Amino acid sequence: MNLKIRALKKSLWVYHMSGGSCNNCDIEILDCLTPRFDIERFGMVLVGSPRHADVLLCTGIVNKKCVERVEEVYKQTAKPCVVVAIGACACSGGMFRDGYEMGGPLDKLIPVDVYIPGCPPKPEAMIAGIVKVLEKLK
Amino acid sequence: MSAAYILLCFVLVLILFSIIGMLAMWVDRKLTARLQFRVGPPWYQNFADFIKLAGKEVLIPEKANTFMFVASPILGLIASGIAGTMILLVFKTKTVFPADAILILYLLTIPSLAIILGGSASGNVLASVGISREMKLLMGYELPFVCGLVIAAIKSGGSSLSSIIQFQEQHGIIIGSLSGVIGFVIGVLALQGKLGLVPFDLAEAEGELAGGSLIEYSGLLLGLFKLTKALLLVVGPLFLISLYLGGINISSPAGIITGILKYILILVLFILIKNTNPRLRIDQTMKLFWGWATLLGIAGILLAIAGW
Ligand code: SF4
Repeated sequence: MNLKIRALKKSLWVYHMSGGSCNNCDIEILDCLTPRFDIERFGMVLVGSPRHADVLLCTGIVNKKCVERVEEVYKQTAKPCVVVAIGACACSGGMFRDGYEMGGPLDKLIPVDVYIPGCPPKPEAMIAGIVKVLEKLK
Repeated sequence: MSAAYILLCFVLVLILFSIIGMLAMWVDRKLTARLQFRVGPPWYQNFADFIKLAGKEVLIPEKANTFMFVASPILGLIASGIAGTMILLVFKTKTVFPADAILILYLLTIPSLAIILGGSASGNVLASVGISREMKLLMGYELPFVCGLVIAAIKSGGSSLSSIIQFQEQHGIIIGSLSGVIGFVIGVLALQGKLGLVPFDLAEAEGELAGGSLIEYSGLLLGLFKLTKALLLVVGPLFLISLYLGGINISSPAGIITGILKYILILVLFILIKNTNPRLRIDQTMKLFWGWATLLGIAGILLAIAGW
């Protein structure tokens, strides 16, 4: 395992992208930063620009308006990057599967590395998902 | 003193100060986390961040001016490195090295200018909002900072850094007087703005500007900006130490230890201010800097002329 990947594993910067979620998943993502879970102890910080990001956390069904934007954000992210689908919506469409606005699910648009199901997933589940990401980065 | 020797010092400063600066940034992050009842990152966090950024893809936006976009982080890094080298050489050689405090003030402006250049070269709308704030901030803190410098210069009778330090060796440190205290307070505030720490982090506002002026930077170039910030986190406090706290005597172990204590004192001050204040809007920032900070500075100058 080379130095680059080792450093990457210790410092995952997270960009949070909402493709039309109900906002509940987003709030759970922010919960990961609170004192109870504190993902900064693993070196993860929330960044404001996809250019700085190593992990894209995508929530929501990706509605038709968001399709282009999600693809654009993925293209703008500096590689190597990991895409994580958060919540039932992003994984499969969830209860909006047959909705008229459904543009996703996410893996139809961009390659997804990890799926974290739940509506919304607990912060523990997200941290478990990120651990799977770390295993994947070899 | 030959050019090769100075170049060697420059490289040494780049390496040494960035290591110290990254550790200082870790202290900042860890203390902030502890104050918020979190655990905080491990000590090697900033090194891991930098290595990771160095290994990532560098994206240059379509609309960007490639040369300026790439050159400005390097410019900022070199300028802060030169400022650090000068301060270190003054500490080491006392009189021989002619470094003027005003020159160092100029050099310390260049990293902010580099951010402005880089942000404007990136052709991003949010970056342009960020750089407009950065510019105002720069003009804001520079004025009181100059007042603070003038206080030290009046007290010691010259603006050369070595003469300021020598004066303090003979007559006690400048912060021991009333005008010195005022100068120090202003200096800490201005440096807080220069380093972009929280009450004045509006140029990089993660929340509404998505990283502000640095929004388009990725990979190694972003890493260089972080490195510049780490360097400034060492050079800035060292500059303050030499202006008001008597400099650091790096030839004896006792001098080095007191120097480290002085540095930690300033660092902790920064972190405490950062963690106990919400971010100011740009108009509030300007009011603070051009209003009472400058007035305080002028009062300090008058006090210094009166000999207090
Ligand atoms: S998965 Fe559930 S909580 Fe998350 S966005 Fe969809 S509906 Fe909302």
